[in-house]
Amino acid sequence: MLGGRARGPRARGRPLSGEPLLEVRNLTKRFPVGGGLFGGAPGVVRAVDGVSFSIARGETLGLVGESGCGKTTTGRCILQLERPTSGSVLFEGRDLTTLDETALRDVRRRIQVIFQDPYSSLNPRMTIGAIVGEPLAVHRIVPEAAARARRVRDLLSRVGLLPQHARRYPHELSGGQRQRVGIARALAMEPALVICDEPVSALDVSIQAQIINLLEDLQAEFGLTYLFIAHDLAVVRHISDRVAVMYLGRIVEITDRKALYDDPLHPYTKALLAAVPIPDPEIEAGRPRIVLGGEVPSPLNPPPGCVFHPRCPIAVDRCRRVIPDLREVKPGHWAACLLA
Amino acid sequence: MALDRPLEDVVALADLTPERSVKDGVVDFVRHRPLGAIGAAVVLLNILAGVFAGVLAPYDPVATDYAAMLSRPSLAHWLGTDAFGRDVLSRILYGARTAMLVGFAVALVGATVGAVIGVTSAYFGGRIDLAIQRVMDIFLSFPLIILALAMVSILGTGLVNVIVAIMIPLIPRASLVTRSSALAIREMPYVDAARAAGYRHRRIILRHMLPNVMAPYLIMLTAFLGQAILLEASLSFLGLGVAEPTPAWGLMLRGAAVQFAETAPWMAVFPGLAISLAVFAFNLFGDSLRDALDPRLRTQ
Repeated sequence: MLGGRARGPRARGRPLSGEPLLEVRNLTKRFPVGGGLFGGAPGVVRAVDGVSFSIARGETLGLVGESGCGKTTTGRCILQLERPTSGSVLFEGRDLTTLDETALRDVRRRIQVIFQDPYSSLNPRMTIGAIVGEPLAVHRIVPEAAARARRVRDLLSRVGLLPQHARRYPHELSGGQRQRVGIARALAMEPALVICDEPVSALDVSIQAQIINLLEDLQAEFGLTYLFIAHDLAVVRHISDRVAVMYLGRIVEITDRKALYDDPLHPYTKALLAAVPIPDPEIEAGRPRIVLGGEVPSPLNPPPGCVFHPRCPIAVDRCRRVIPDLREVKPGHWAACLLA
Repeated sequence: MALDRPLEDVVALADLTPERSVKDGVVDFVRHRPLGAIGAAVVLLNILAGVFAGVLAPYDPVATDYAAMLSRPSLAHWLGTDAFGRDVLSRILYGARTAMLVGFAVALVGATVGAVIGVTSAYFGGRIDLAIQRVMDIFLSFPLIILALAMVSILGTGLVNVIVAIMIPLIPRASLVTRSSALAIREMPYVDAARAAGYRHRRIILRHMLPNVMAPYLIMLTAFLGQAILLEASLSFLGLGVAEPTPAWGLMLRGAAVQFAETAPWMAVFPGLAISLAVFAFNLFGDSLRDALDPRLRTQ
C-alpha cells in the first residue's frame, strides 16, 4: 500500500461513489453538569443535538462552527471516545454505538484521528519510531520487528519526515513535524476514515498549507475519507467537497462547497462568510458586513424556537416559537432556516 | 517530610519535561541544591555500607565476646560493644543492610503498586474509580504506624513480613498522589489517540499513562524510603519487626541499651544517630528532588 505512487491532487467535482462510508443519524450528546451532592440545580449541556449527515467514500466533509458549537464532540462521538446519548453512527454498515469495547477494537483502526494540538497528542515518553510503530505491532499489521522498522521509516518519509526522526522524542521536533508524526501514526493503521480535528489550527500559516497539501496527497494516494473539523472557513473551502455548518450543537446548513460559499442560505453562514477577511484592501473596505450582535447562548439553556434567532438579523416572530428542521431548500442544499 | 505537604504540590509535577541529559541534571542538582546533594551523598554512603557490610565490618555482627562486654569506644571497638560484647560499629554497618533492604523493597514495590492502582483508578473513572478510592480511604484513615502494627500482628515478625507490613499502608498514599496526576494525563490527546487506536486497557495504562506520572512517582519513592526506614526501626524497637539476632538499628535501641543507657550510652547513641542521619538524608534528598522536578520552582 505504501509503495504506491501519488496520483496527484484529486480532480475536484468528480462524482463520488454514492454509498456512504459513514452515516451519522440524529446524533445527540448531553453532558450533565452540577447537581452533585451540593452542586445546586442539575443541568444538561446539549453539546450535540440531533446531528445527521453522511460522508461518501473518498469524500471530504468540512465541519465548521465557532468554539463550543459541538463540532469536536461530534468527532469524538464518531470515534466512540465519547458514547453518544442517543442516535447512531453507521460505519461501513455497522452501528458503532451498539458495539462494546472489545467489538470496537477491530473497527477502531479503520477510523483514525488527527488532533489539533501537536504538542499533547504525542506521548512524551515514547520515541517517534515507537509511536508510529506501536499500531503496526498491536494490530499485527507488520508483526515482524525488522519489517516494522522499515515500514515506520517508509511512513515517516511518506509524511515528509526523515527516517532518522524515528529515534527522536516528540519534544525534539517542531509543531509541524509533530503534526506529521500524528498523521503517520493515523496512516499506519491503514484507516478508511480520518477525523481531522482542527489539524492545522495550532500551526503557523506557512506550515498550515504544507499540512493541508500533505493531507490532500495522502487522500489521493490511499483513497482516504475525511471529516475535516475546523473553524477556519478558508481552509475548509480549500479541502472540502461538502461543508456542514454547526451552531449550538446543530447543523444549520449542509451542501456542496461551491453552493455554500457562493450562495449561502442560512443567515449564520452568511455572517460567517462575511467575517472572512479578503486580502484586497479595496474590496475589503467596500464589501457589506454582517455583524452579529450578542454572544452565543449557553448550551445549558438554549433559546426556544430557532437557536439562532436571538442573534439573527432577519428573525421574525415565528422564529421564536418554531424549531426549524434541516430541509432541502434547493437540490442537495439543506438549511435549517424558516425563511430560507 | 515530603508526604506531609499538600497533595497539590506533588500533583503539580505531572508535566515534567525530560529535556536535559541525565549528566546535566546531576551537575545542575549538585550546584543548585547543595543540601540535597549532601543528602544524596549520605544516602549513597548508607547504600555502600549496606552492600559492603561484609567487607567493612571489623567483627562478625552476631559474634558475642563476653570478655569485652559493654566496653567503651576504643581502638579495638570504635563505637564500643553491647551487653553481649558484640561490636556496635559492625552491627550498625549490617543494620544499614537491613534498613536499606527494607527501605528500597518497601519504597519500590509500594510506590509502584500504588501508582498502578492510582493510574488504573483514574483511567477507568466512574464507579471503578469510586470503589477503588473508597477502599484506599479506609486504609488512609489509619495512621501509618498503627496499620503497620496491625499488619505485623497478622503476618508475624521477620524481614519479609515487616516489608509487607510497612508496604501495605504506603500503597494507598501512593495511589492517591498518582491518581491525581493521572486524572490530568487521562485527558491528554495522546491517551485519546491510544484509545482510538484500539489498544487494550492494560497497554494504555502501563505504556501511555504510567510513564507520564514519573515525577510524582519518584518523589514518593524517595519519601517512602525515609519513612520505611523509620517505620522498620520503630517496629523493631517495639519488638515487632526484625527479630534478634539480626542486626537492625531499631533492635539495637531496645533491651540492654535501655537498661545500660547511663553507663554505656554508646549502645543507644550510635544506632540512634544512624537512624536519624539516614532518615534525614533521605528526606533532604527527596525534598530537593521534588523541588528540582517541579517546573514551577525550577526557575527560582
